[in-house]
Amino acid sequence: MPSSVALTVARYRPEMESEPTFQTYEFPFRKDWVVLDALNHVKDSLDGSLSFRWSCRMGVCGSCGMKVNGTPKLTCATFLSDYLPGPIRVEPLDYFPVVRDLVVDLTDFMRKLKQVKPWIIRKEEKAPGDGEYLQTPDQLDTYKQFSMCINCMLCYSACPIYGLEPSFIGPAAIALAQRYNMDSRDEGAAERLKILSEHDGIWQCTFVGECTKVCPKHVDPAGAIQQYKLTGATNWVKSLLLPWGAR
Amino acid sequence: MSAEPHYTLYHPRWYRRRVSVWWWLQKRSYTGFVLRELTSVFVAFFAVVYLWQLRALTQGPEAYEQFLARLTTPLFLALDTVAFLFVLFHAITWFNLTPKAMVVRWRGKRVPDWLILGLNYAAWLVLSGAVAFVLLRE
Repeated sequence: MPSSVALTVARYRPEMESEPTFQTYEFPFRKDWVVLDALNHVKDSLDGSLSFRWSCRMGVCGSCGMKVNGTPKLTCATFLSDYLPGPIRVEPLDYFPVVRDLVVDLTDFMRKLKQVKPWIIRKEEKAPGDGEYLQTPDQLDTYKQFSMCINCMLCYSACPIYGLEPSFIGPAAIALAQRYNMDSRDEGAAERLKILSEHDGIWQCTFVGECTKVCPKHVDPAGAIQQYKLTGATNWVKSLLLPWGAR
Repeated sequence: MSAEPHYTLYHPRWYRRRVSVWWWLQKRSYTGFVLRELTSVFVAFFAVVYLWQLRALTQGPEAYEQFLARLTTPLFLALDTVAFLFVLFHAITWFNLTPKAMVVRWRGKRVPDWLILGLNYAAWLVLSGAVAFVLLRE
């Protein structure tokens, strides 16, 4: 075990520099530390001006996504000991505008997420007095995987399509749309089809598959998109063969 | 909400990193993806040759002989070999995609990926065998 380890962190201070630079911090190595612990140590003891986002420290909030040695990671679940001897390179997520140091702006995703209507849509709402919308464990099982998404944006950062075509709705938003499409209580699939089967929807995806590889919650967004392509294509064929709105 | 954010005096001065021209060399999966995009030309080439063959077939035995002779020239043999390898690459990556796109549920449980993949490859083998049997019998 080494006695110390170094983090090479991307710095961007818009009031001082027009392009990011790198700064290296060295500190005693501790084997139980994750990258986020190290960043907090740097901020507390070495350089209070370093900016980064974090909250829960346990892989639930999805705030601490950064690139560690070039791969998008949740820094709260990435141990220093896996990257020895270092130095370990920490950078902000790719393809999002950098606000400062390791902090990126997620407005683009928030706007796209809203477009896919990630909520239960009913043709007619039940009155609260009429009881809940019931669901069996099997029905829950069909979409549960997609509901595990924590909006950490690692999948966007891993997707070269999103980098090249920023208008692409992207992996997490499509997986979350699919989460509601497959929910037995939902009746909004036709509304979501409009946005998902447009140019910037599923057909932009050419199945690189990296989104699924980097996902810390095993959501499998690539799977969600390919499944939706099948749905989209089936709907298109149906609309062609059955022109009288039999969809 | 409009797609482009409004810039105001106090809006953060964003830094947008440019995507490098060589991004597709950074990871094997990226290279595979770009290779798949580019080599689709060879899949199209295969289809064109096939159409050309059909055309020769409709023009009678002489034209068909001529077509076959042209196919055995070194240029076509080389092109065909390269095209065949890339079509194989496309076929395999396509088959590997199927368990992602097809979610089959059997008695409330999701059928495992390897089984769907295995069934697809088995169907491919059986169909190829059947075609080979029809073509090669005397």
